[in-house]
Amino acid sequence: MGPANSFPDSPLGGGSSGANLADILERVLDKGIVIAGDIKINLLDIELLTIKLRLIVASIDKAKEMGIDWWEHDPALSSGARHQELARENAELRQRLAALEDSRAQDSLDPAHETETSRD
Amino acid sequence: MTELRYVYAVCDSLDAPLASDVTGVAGAPPHLIAHAGLTAVVGHVPAEQFAETALRRNLENLDWLSETARAHQSVIAALASVASPLPLRLATVFHDDSGVRAMLEGEAERFRASLDRLRDRVEWGVKVHVETASQTGQDGTPTPTGASAAPNGGRRERLSSAALASGSGRDFLRRRRAERTERDDAWRLAETFAQELHDALAGRADDARIHPPQNSELSGSSGRNVLNAAYLVHRSEAESFVEYVNRDAERAPGLRVELTGPWAAYSFSTPPEERSEARPAAGGTR
Repeated sequence: MGPANSFPDSPLGGGSSGANLADILERVLDKGIVIAGDIKINLLDIELLTIKLRLIVASIDKAKEMGIDWWEHDPALSSGARHQELARENAELRQRLAALEDSRAQDSLDPAHETETSRD
Repeated sequence: MTELRYVYAVCDSLDAPLASDVTGVAGAPPHLIAHAGLTAVVGHVPAEQFAETALRRNLENLDWLSETARAHQSVIAALASVASPLPLRLATVFHDDSGVRAMLEGEAERFRASLDRLRDRVEWGVKVHVETASQTGQDGTPTPTGASAAPNGGRRERLSSAALASGSGRDFLRRRRAERTERDDAWRLAETFAQELHDALAGRADDARIHPPQNSELSGSSGRNVLNAAYLVHRSEAESFVEYVNRDAERAPGLRVELTGPWAAYSFSTPPEERSEARPAAGGTR
């Protein structure tokens, strides 16, 4: 009985169904030894990057639009792309708010808004 | 229905049998092919899913890929509990058993060298995340470094509305600049901690690799990932390695140290001389 057995929740202890998918994909797609099989799928190079990209977002245009520089950061493979989009939307809204504040600061207070906020 | 051979890993001859309840890729239980003094762990998979065109298409389907990756890992994990396997990359497929045998024979020298290097060793993954600034920082909510974000967030939100009324948009922008500086400081501290932790762990391991940081939003873990490393550790050293990581994690306020493993030695399956240069600093790609 090796020391590995003393970690029941570990990937070696049979608990792999609970292991983080990003960690698993990082290893099985990127790390294992590469052997040229009869079925030639080159997971390296451009194809792997294409796979990652397609998993993360629907298209290249969308990735660029979302500002994901995945080839630098090598983002984990995950279906969490929606979070990224929310964060981006959020940041954009904040930016608009800041701009709005600036323009409101220059104009004096607009009475029309006072009416709107005190409405019953 | 044509069946192909999916190879998970190569090992020395196995002393213990594989756990009988392991379901492999495509629901097929793995079996062994022994040849040239080596053992390949193999599953029969349907050509409809694993022939070239189908495989290419399937690899781009996240559900299929997730399921296959988990099945692949579960076989490797079962194997790693009875041996020190050399894990093959996902979707290494041959037409038939003789193709697998030819591969074992052709690669025998390389396999033996790698198996010797990995014998009785496992891989531990260590990641360091910055808890404080990253998530709340991105949506522009002010977050004092080291403090919890939630209670302040709401109050400042209202301050922000007040600022709107009194016309201090410039204050708002000034505050955002200050936060950005605090955030940069927090990251610098985190990167220093990560570098020191990595140096200490690398000194305790037979080998170490730094992987690119995982994108926190995509991996679903909170905080910004500043270190994503793997360490090759002898089984007899596992306990003290884990203890060291846990102890060091406690002296890192605002940071989260995540330990995963033991894994089969995925990150070390390629010999050091064949590896491309690892990226240097944690979080250096920002």
